Amino acid sequence: MSHSLSATQNGEIQGLGKSQHERMRHDHLITSKQLSRADIETVLDRAAEIDADPSAVADRHANSVLGLLFFEPSTRTKMSFETAMKRLGGSVIDMGSIESSSVKKGETLADTVRVTEGYADALVLRHPKQGSATMASEFVDVPLLNAGDGAGHHPTQTLLDLYTIRENAGLDDLTIGIMGDLKYGRTVHSLSYALTNFDTRQHFISPESLQLPRDVVYDLHQQGERTQIREHDSLEEILPSLDVLYVTRIQRERFPDENEYQKIAGEYQIDLETLEDARDELTVMHPLPRVDEIAPEIDDTDHAAYFEQAHNGIPVRMALLDLLLENHTRGDTDE
Amino acid sequence: MSDDHDHHDGHDDHELRVSKIRSGTVIDHVRGGQALNVLAILGIDGSDGEEVSVGMNVPSDRFARKDIVKVEGRELSQDEVDVLSLIAPDATINIVRDYDVIEKHRVERPDLVEEVLSCPNTGCITTGDEPVSSRFEVLDDGVRCGYCETIVRDGIPSLIDT
Ligand SMILES: [Zn+2]
Repeated sequence: MSHSLSATQNGEIQGLGKSQHERMRHDHLITSKQLSRADIETVLDRAAEIDADPSAVADRHANSVLGLLFFEPSTRTKMSFETAMKRLGGSVIDMGSIESSSVKKGETLADTVRVTEGYADALVLRHPKQGSATMASEFVDVPLLNAGDGAGHHPTQTLLDLYTIRENAGLDDLTIGIMGDLKYGRTVHSLSYALTNFDTRQHFISPESLQLPRDVVYDLHQQGERTQIREHDSLEEILPSLDVLYVTRIQRERFPDENEYQKIAGEYQIDLETLEDARDELTVMHPLPRVDEIAPEIDDTDHAAYFEQAHNGIPVRMALLDLLLENHTRGDTDE
Repeated sequence: MSDDHDHHDGHDDHELRVSKIRSGTVIDHVRGGQALNVLAILGIDGSDGEEVSVGMNVPSDRFARKDIVKVEGRELSQDEVDVLSLIAPDATINIVRDYDVIEKHRVERPDLVEEVLSCPNTGCITTGDEPVSSRFEVLDDGVRCGYCETIVRDGIPSLIDT
């Protein structure tokens, strides 16, 4: 993969970084926008290899340390990175609770990452501010993986979503429906960007108040010559054409009152009856945790891929860490 | 020098409003009301002792009203003035030496503006205490924060970092 994981060909923001910040290395994973089709395929291929034979990589990064910088709680993402690193033979450090750390004393993120890069061979950052991972990556030389920057990006989620789609339906000639909270759901935005690298028809299904932000639509149109984008307010009309239905949670706090929420959210929940018109091969995905968007009765059908999707976080994160650590080490010896 | 330079001989009232400069830069055809933003965006506040004159709502051949900014003793480079395209896209830049306009050009849209605008997104990392300067990509119809990726199309003058 060489230094192409953060390839700049189609990532405008990365392009900015390149021209202005010489110290920025091309071995960070900040946004799914930076990923070319070749990058994505490299990661997914490596993930598939690892998935097929995890023991082959069990000692591969035995002397490596991964630093987990979680400025907001996300137990699952953290556990997933921890497991991935340990299954590569490496170890993990974290900064403990924010309450007792230097951050509480008012340290900047720039300082925190500059200190901790001395302790670790790669860093994983989760931070509530948008753009935090981009900024942090400009201050460090070790690979930095964005595990969520506020309402911004969460590219490792995107890659595990892509992996799951590829395993179940294939990534080209794909018809996908993405349903729920499309306004605030960064998972959705990241996934949509990444899918523009493939021949896809993307249908966005949401109540009007939770439609995709116009900026995201703008970007999808900019990037997406290979992609058709349609917006709908109901699943019914397009369900029969879908290969994949990606469901996200509509949060209660998005609505002024409980009645409004119940009424609207109810229209975007699925059960066996909803899926009667679906193709037999329809794959149903969800980033989890779910509340009542997907009825439990779907869990036992062949449609359900959401638990598999969650499990795929391990091989995909192993693949990413493996590629970035390998890339970084090789880069060092080259210099 | 040129037919759209609004210092027609005999228009003494123009001369009074904005005097000619000996050497420096005249930024002409600034949209009415943007002169002070032009100075703010260029970081010119007179504190370096430069002589600055500003004409506001001057009658213009091209627009009904325009602003003019003259900076004595300083020749602004193309890179310095291109950022003005965000708020004064029609501006013309006249470089003056010994009362003669020796160079005249338009502002061009840069690809990137740095340390000029502040991000309006309160959730953006650049709005905190981090040691980072703002960076905006210039789009056809607005600007986009290089960190949080927020796109701003309207109200760009209000983002000028003063
Ligand atoms: Zn921003």
